[in-house]
This record gives sequence, C-alpha cells and structure tokens, in this order.
Amino acid sequence: MGGYGDVQMIDENGIRVDGRTAGDIRPVEIRAGVIPVADGSAEVIWGTNHVIAAVYGPMEAHPRKIQKQDRAVLDVRYNMAPFSTTDRMRPGFNRRSREISKVTAEALETVVLTELYPRSKIRVEIEVLTAEAGTRCAGITAASVALADAGIPMTDMVISVASGKINGIVVCDLNKEEDNYGEADLPMGICANSGDLVFLQMDGDLSPEEFQQAWDYNMESIGPVHELMIEALEKANGGES
Amino acid sequence: MSDQSAHGGRDGRGSRLATPGAMLGAREGRRLGHGVVETDSGLIATKVGVIYSDDKTISVLPTHTRYTPRPGDLVIGVVEAVQSNLWFLDINAPFNALLPMSLGPGKAEFGGARNVLNVGQTVLCRIQEVDETHSSVVTMKGLGLRRVDSGLVESLPPHLMQTLFSDGGVALKALKASTECRVVLAENGRMWINGSSDSITDVVARITRIRSMARDISNRDEMIAILSTEVA
Repeated sequence: MGGYGDVQMIDENGIRVDGRTAGDIRPVEIRAGVIPVADGSAEVIWGTNHVIAAVYGPMEAHPRKIQKQDRAVLDVRYNMAPFSTTDRMRPGFNRRSREISKVTAEALETVVLTELYPRSKIRVEIEVLTAEAGTRCAGITAASVALADAGIPMTDMVISVASGKINGIVVCDLNKEEDNYGEADLPMGICANSGDLVFLQMDGDLSPEEFQQAWDYNMESIGPVHELMIEALEKANGGES
Repeated sequence: MSDQSAHGGRDGRGSRLATPGAMLGAREGRRLGHGVVETDSGLIATKVGVIYSDDKTISVLPTHTRYTPRPGDLVIGVVEAVQSNLWFLDINAPFNALLPMSLGPGKAEFGGARNVLNVGQTVLCRIQEVDETHSSVVTMKGLGLRRVDSGLVESLPPHLMQTLFSDGGVALKALKASTECRVVLAENGRMWINGSSDSITDVVARITRIRSMARDISNRDEMIAILSTEVA
C-alpha cells in the first residue's frame, strides 16, 4: 500500500480511521449572521475545522488603482489563526494564504454579480480558528454563505469539497491523517444549483478512473451541504427552517 | 398577488426564503424586479429574500441589502469633505455623493464652501442624478430640503424602509402619533427625529429594538407593533 510509512488508514471493510466509509463527509454545521457588525457573516464547522467568514461592502475601492471601471473587486483575505494548528502558525500573510485568497476570490467571482457595482470593493475575511484538513474548502463554503447573508447578488452559492486517495482507494472529504499521509487530494468548488465547476486543484497523482471517482464523490457531497446552507440562511433571516 | 400563497405573504411569515441560485420558474411575461435574473434554464433568485410575485412582476424582497441611490430618493447625508465649490456627502451608499455649490443650501465665494456647510454637518437632500458607476449628485433645492441643525439622526437597515413603512405609511403615522415626534424617513436607511428630549429617547429606544431584530423578516408585525404602541 502507498502512503508515508505505509500507514493503514482504511480497513478491508472500507472503514476509515474515523469510522466513515469512502463516500462519507465529516459532520457539518453552518450558521449565518454570527458577526452582527459585518454586513454578512457565516460560521462553518466541518469536522474539526472551524472557520468564520465576514463580508463588508460593497464599498468604494481603495486605493483607486485597484478599481475596475466595469465591475466590483472581490478582496478576499484567508488567514489561519496562530492557535489553529498544533504547531503555532506565524501570524500574518504567507505564500499559502495568498494562494488560497486568490483561488477563493476567483471561485466566488464567477457567481457574484460584480458588474452591478463598478469601482467598488467587496471585502471577504476568512478566519480559520481550528484547522484539520480542507480549510480552503470550508473557507469557500463559509464565504459563500456570508456573501448571501450580506445581500450581495449572486447567481448561485459555491460549495467546496475535497476528495483524495489513501492506500490506493479514493475517499471523500479527507481528514488530517488522510490529508497528511494520503497520495492525492482533489478540492473542487461547485455551484450548488447549476452544478457548474468554479474551482479545482489537484495535488498528487490520480488515474482517470480515480479522478472520475473523486469527481463523483465531490458532486454527490454538495447536496446535503447545500441544504445546511439554506437552513442557516433561513434561520438567520427569519424564514421557515 | 396571485402567487402569494405559494411563496408566503409580503411579511415573509411562514415562507421559505429564496436563496441565491434558487429556481423561480418560467418568466411567463412578467417583469423582472429586484433580486431576479433570467438564465437559459429560467428565472433564478440572486439574493436571500421573500419571493414576491404577481401577474406583472416577480421579485425577491431582500432580507438585507446595501442602499443603492436612485434619482429622486430623499436621503440624509453627512458632509465628509469640502472642496472650493462642492461638498462630498456620506449617504450610506458605496460611494459618497457630490453636492455642487449650485445645488447647495447657499452661495459662497469660491473657496468659502466651508462657511456654508462644514465637515460633520447633516443635511436632508434629494438624489439629483446617478451615473452608471453609482456615483450620485444630490441637490438641496426643493421643498423641505435643508440642513439638519436639531434633533437626532438614527439609522435602520435600508431594506426595512420598504418593509416597515409601506402600506401607506401607517406605521410611520402611528410612530409620530404615539411619540409626538417629528420623524423624517430617508430612503438611505436614516431617519431624522425631532421633538422633546423624552420623546426622542422613546423613539431611539424603539429603533434600537427594531434594529436588533431587523434580519428576521418574520418579526415584521412585532416591529410595527413596537413602532405603533402608545407609551403608558
């Protein structure tokens, strides 16, 4: 079997170290409107991941050189708290957080109707309080709920899930051990209603069949998460839930 | 309001909210209102809100939104910056509005704009024009438009202005009657309250309570009750 040190992370019955089967995602909780001073906010607890997203704006984009004359700019800032991991994270931006901020902004720009707010900026702050694996996925999902909560016009909401390969078997929603010792990782951002793909990264090697299996797991996982997003928005905004 | 039973009433009570991307069916000749766009597969909601539909229009009344200026809107602005012959006003929109000297409350020599209106002062004005980038020009030429030198300016989420004070302004009349205050509502989510200090305090207490429950549209009746209730 592959993986670092041949760590056995899935048994012969297909049960993973945390008791899930290959296609299961970790327990997910979503709440909207958790930060009263923000225009919109959301909290996502995905397994042990704990992520908060807040949205401010649209507001005038400063400095002026970042303004786009025909649309708004999504200013996404992904940050991991120093206490979010077992080893202390050095506070502030680093290469990884810059990369995740960029891909998150690009994923969300495909659904936000930015052309309605020329020369404006929509600020999205994503703060990871506890990190287990898949924080970029939880961050994109939280940001999506926060944008909807802020009343930012969007054509859809984005849900992000990652599947990967452990011990030669494709599994859905990797946990920390699987992410650290697994062989591949395929995070995807998917529009909840249309099923359009707005974000995809791949780390490691997957055969075409394994890629298809990971793709299918990700596509199947978004349904229950979308329901939780709707429930959270309804609960925060007084609808029936 | 032919379709209200399907989507809940205007107050949202008992309704399932639309969320971005939710399918709203076919257009069927209706005009698209706020929060709705048409795609190849039909109409979809772009905001969280209550679906409001009749024979002519379909729209989503949002539970939270930012104020977007429209020509003719009555707004309360705060002077943020002064230049030689114009003022920049914060009107609670993404961009500051421009108040040129020619549309201001009085004439001054070039460079003397500060003598007429200074930074921090509040004015009641109207949106004169809005360009395609949402930059707006306001005017103070018009009946009742003036500098606000007394009373207090409070704010409410802009979406509540339509929700709470529609139906012929019944809730506003009730608020004025129950508190004996002069209340001017501006479309940008600000309200000017003037009266005795006790009555202003009473209005502010009510507004504070409403603000705390503003996101929950099912509280609409309760919010109207708070505005209308006579003080014992």
